[in-house]
Amino acid sequence: MIGILQAMAPEGLLASAGGSFWLPAAKSTFAKSTDATFYFIYWLSVFFFVLILVMAVWFLLKYRRKGPVPQSQPSAHHSTFLELLWSGVPLLLVLGIFVMGFRGFMDLRTPPKGAYEVRVIGQKWNWAFQYPNGYEDSELHVPAGEPIRLVMTSMDVLHSFYVPEFRVKMDVVPGRYTDAWFQADDPGESRIFCAEYCGTSHSQMLSKVIVHEKGEFDEWMKKAADWISEMAPEEAGAILYDRKGCRQCHSLDGTGGVGPTFKGSFGNRRAWSDGSSGVMDENYIRESILNPKAKVVAGFDPVMPTFQGRVNEKELAALIAYIKSLK
Amino acid sequence: MTTTHVAVGSRPHSAEAQPGENYLNCSHGLKSWLLTLDHKRIGVMYLIATLGSFLLGGIFALLVRTEHLTAGKTIMDADTYNQMFTLHGAVMVFLFIIPAIPAAFGNFVLPIMLGAKDVAFPRLNLASFYFWIAGAVLAVVSIAINAPDTGWTFYTPYSTSTATSVIPVVFGVFILGFSSIFTGLNFIVTIHKLRPKEMGWFQMPLFLWGLYATALIQILATPVLAITLLLLILERSLGIGIFDPALGGDPVLFQHFFWFYSHPAVYIMILPAMGIISELITTYSHKHIFSYRFIAYSSVAIAIFGFLVWGHHMFTSGQSSLLSMIFSAITFSVAIPSAIKVFNWVVTMYKGSIDLKTPMWYALIFIWVFSIGGLTGIFLGTLSVDVHLHDTYFVVAHFHYVMFGGTVMALLGGLHHWWPKMFGRMYNERWAQVATFLVFVGFNLTFFTQFVMGSRGMPRRYYMYPEEFTNWHVASTWGSYIMAAGFVLTAIYLLRSLAKGPIAPMNPWGGATLEWQTTSPPPHYNFDGDPPKTGDPYDFDRVKYDPETGSYYHEPLRG
Amino acid sequence: MTAHSAAHAEHPPHLAHHFETPVQQFESGKLGMWLFLGTELLMFGGLFCAYAIYRANHPDIFLYAHQFLDKKLGGINTVVLICSSLTMAWAVRAAQLGQRALLVLMLLLTLACAGGFMGIKYVEYKAKFEHGLLPGTHYVAQTDHGHGGDHAAPGHEAAAGEAAAPHAAAGDAHATPAEGDAVAHEMAADEAAAHALEVTPTPPVSAADAPKIGRAAAAPGTFRPGPEPTTDGHGPAAVPANPQIFFGIYFAMTGLHGFHVLAGMIVITWLLVLSLRGTFGPDYFTPVDLVGLYWHIVDLIWIFLFPLLYLIH
Repeated sequence: MIGILQAMAPEGLLASAGGSFWLPAAKSTFAKSTDATFYFIYWLSVFFFVLILVMAVWFLLKYRRKGPVPQSQPSAHHSTFLELLWSGVPLLLVLGIFVMGFRGFMDLRTPPKGAYEVRVIGQKWNWAFQYPNGYEDSELHVPAGEPIRLVMTSMDVLHSFYVPEFRVKMDVVPGRYTDAWFQADDPGESRIFCAEYCGTSHSQMLSKVIVHEKGEFDEWMKKAADWISEMAPEEAGAILYDRKGCRQCHSLDGTGGVGPTFKGSFGNRRAWSDGSSGVMDENYIRESILNPKAKVVAGFDPVMPTFQGRVNEKELAALIAYIKSLK
Repeated sequence: MTTTHVAVGSRPHSAEAQPGENYLNCSHGLKSWLLTLDHKRIGVMYLIATLGSFLLGGIFALLVRTEHLTAGKTIMDADTYNQMFTLHGAVMVFLFIIPAIPAAFGNFVLPIMLGAKDVAFPRLNLASFYFWIAGAVLAVVSIAINAPDTGWTFYTPYSTSTATSVIPVVFGVFILGFSSIFTGLNFIVTIHKLRPKEMGWFQMPLFLWGLYATALIQILATPVLAITLLLLILERSLGIGIFDPALGGDPVLFQHFFWFYSHPAVYIMILPAMGIISELITTYSHKHIFSYRFIAYSSVAIAIFGFLVWGHHMFTSGQSSLLSMIFSAITFSVAIPSAIKVFNWVVTMYKGSIDLKTPMWYALIFIWVFSIGGLTGIFLGTLSVDVHLHDTYFVVAHFHYVMFGGTVMALLGGLHHWWPKMFGRMYNERWAQVATFLVFVGFNLTFFTQFVMGSRGMPRRYYMYPEEFTNWHVASTWGSYIMAAGFVLTAIYLLRSLAKGPIAPMNPWGGATLEWQTTSPPPHYNFDGDPPKTGDPYDFDRVKYDPETGSYYHEPLRG
Repeated sequence: MTAHSAAHAEHPPHLAHHFETPVQQFESGKLGMWLFLGTELLMFGGLFCAYAIYRANHPDIFLYAHQFLDKKLGGINTVVLICSSLTMAWAVRAAQLGQRALLVLMLLLTLACAGGFMGIKYVEYKAKFEHGLLPGTHYVAQTDHGHGGDHAAPGHEAAAGEAAAPHAAAGDAHATPAEGDAVAHEMAADEAAAHALEVTPTPPVSAADAPKIGRAAAAPGTFRPGPEPTTDGHGPAAVPANPQIFFGIYFAMTGLHGFHVLAGMIVITWLLVLSLRGTFGPDYFTPVDLVGLYWHIVDLIWIFLFPLLYLIH
């Protein structure tokens, strides 16, 4: 069946570059060993499945009842040899598989000393990556050929940091730190998923790992850390809108989402959920980012998390300028 | 337990049934069903109730699959989608798969296979059924209020912080737990105390071994689920802080507690299914089961190992590497008894006389899907590979192959096998085989594609998905439609047989166990007079075909 | 059953149709009851596990918070329950010997003991509610831990005095939890996370720093701080973070146990009614026997709960 599917699969199904039929491209140092274990189990499984199938089909053809009267032939009801054979052989095989898996796992769980540390914060429904110099980004940028250790925590519920192409996954738990590490030797981009169900926009809690050439990374970091001063506040605000995850809930085209749309919102009078009302001005936007539950627009749930400490004054100004510009 | 002594009032029939009288027609009216203490009627009520739940869960499943026809929004918004997969999981697991085989078929068949008149505690048995009903009603109430969106696993702290109505459904599952505990308790006592003297442990039909092992898990694991759910309710309603990190609690502890029950629960689902398969393979091969003792022991072994492996759901949760290593090692040990069973079933067919009736087709499909389900379990038990596959569609496909493919195929096999015994009518064999084919093709198309998606990195519980997975998702959805067509067809010809099917003989398939030595359907007290003496439960040499009636009969026990 | 009994005239009156002999029926009932009690123990086992895990992780919380339990009342309750076990066992014997009056008396005494237990439990719970010694968010930080107990050792008193002032401050912060959260959130998360990173994942952050970390980013055991721990050798007097966890476990365990005592009282009342009607005798005493088993298990669980919750050293 696997063969048939493989033969039938249109080219489009194998779109993502590299990788095999079963697995995406292997882009981290330990992806190769994980894949080797995967394929070892895979071929073993194919062997046993075909063995069972061939036996069953053979018996089926040979001993199919002809006519209404059953005609079984006598044979042994038990064979200790066979039982030991099909208990013992699988036992040895799974022991071997266990050792392979355990070795790979210990490798995954043991970050090398001196790895470059990035803090990861999961929050409904976006990722934030904080670098040692305090810069924060919604995408994970790392240098190639260097071990990266991620120290992760969640601001609300469980999330899970998952990069299929790195074969790395680790739950992100509120109230404690979990860690993961990887090393990618070639520059490129890979997708980050949230793999632990976390509510409405779980499937949109996506990001990217961008692996830079070793030298380019430092340059990128220098630029990135001071990017706001290099552009107009509206432009910077548009970027922050993406990076801080505003996009997940606030649309730009007037459609409703988890939160109210930003389109043409500035300067309007709004009704709050407590019955009072007010004007959406600079101070309101600022308050809503830092203390979102203070005044919630009527008709929406108070679900927005605070961005207190995650946006600085420069960024606030840029976001306000951007929202103002959305006519 | 204190109820058994009380004289059973107003039984309108005597122990010696009139000719033509059976458990279905011995008394009439809705009340005679709703207040019945007869294990067969309770079994039939469970059958209707659990199949109704299967229909409900199936509708949720089809909605979920339909949503995945496109990568973005197809028919529902994200919150509805999250509620749909939660309801699908919760209804299928707690209302359908866990009770279906033990409560419906176990209730009907277990006392007859033992030659007993009823289970040990008939009133408790009826109470279990009403516990089930109460739990189901609460679950439905939660749907009416604001269906939960937590996933059937209720992980904290999401489940304690979501705005949906978690408490009714969790309390419903808590009550369903008691239904499960009391059924298990009833079966254990029945097997211990109502087994005839000449039937030793190793003269029991293997279905009873399966039910016995299942009952052990039910009474050992379910209380822990009960207390976990109680704590979750307290957490959500009173904020006691046991699982809430904000109050100093530990959210991962919930996962330990939850899986301590819910992993063994997987064996509550599969062990009775394996028991059915043992019955089907021997009956339709007209051949003594190969290696009875190994199959019996392997059921108990699976039940025991099942308690020691819950941590394999948590390899990426942040539990210590040492724990993960231990859980991984023990997980592989479950593979051995499962492999033993599969090989023994296949070898049972050797030199048999294989009658390819619908139940046998389902038994063969079971071997197919369970082999795939079991083998893919090895991928997931392997630590490094699981890190990649955990919480992807690979896991979804794996547990559907085991729980749906395994349990539901066995259930369908058992349903067709015992249908003539339960209702006294034969269904249409040709339509049955057409439906079987649809179910087989649909099932594999639905779930095999999910293995590929999963290993390529598609996470589970995703409302939207990357474009590259579109074709796989569409194929999977079409598979689910084909499968649904198969189930609808099955429902049609089975229901039709109740009115128009030919009258079933005592033993249409050549079964060797005791339920085939009483009338179809059986009388109120299961046998007219004393049940026949039993020996080896799989002695098919005694079971002879009678060309005149098209039925089988037992030659008297020799010696 | 009438027709059935006629057909099997030899069947004793209390034998159900599907049993062959009274012995088989009695043994089935007994096995069923033991299995049920096994499930009860497993259910409590889950709570004992939770207890063990939290006690191992936060021994300081247990040491501190258990002082607020009243050992004297707990001790009296233990004695009361042991007495009720005795009277229950006596009741079983009376039923077996057909001594109806004695059976009724013993069941009444058992009921009285159970009622007494629940009464004392009520007094204890009431005191806890009044002092805000409650689980989770309902917990109110304590300014005095000498209330109503027999444990007012001088050392404790002194420490309580020392701790009183900072306690009051903490109490203010807790009065409005929502505000507290907001305050926590207003702290720079960068700084908070940076701070928390220096601390390894599990050890509790020193209480004074905790508010800065914010509700969600906090390591376990940091959200609801007590005041600065006193490290002057008074041990138990130092107030650890998150004492409410102890009360969560205390109420869950004693509450579930109390529920079982109540259920026991209901079935014993039922037995009482049956024995007044003269149902039981040497031929038939299964229900008394089985309820007796249940009652002993309920007592047994309390005998474990008492030292685990009240007598911590």
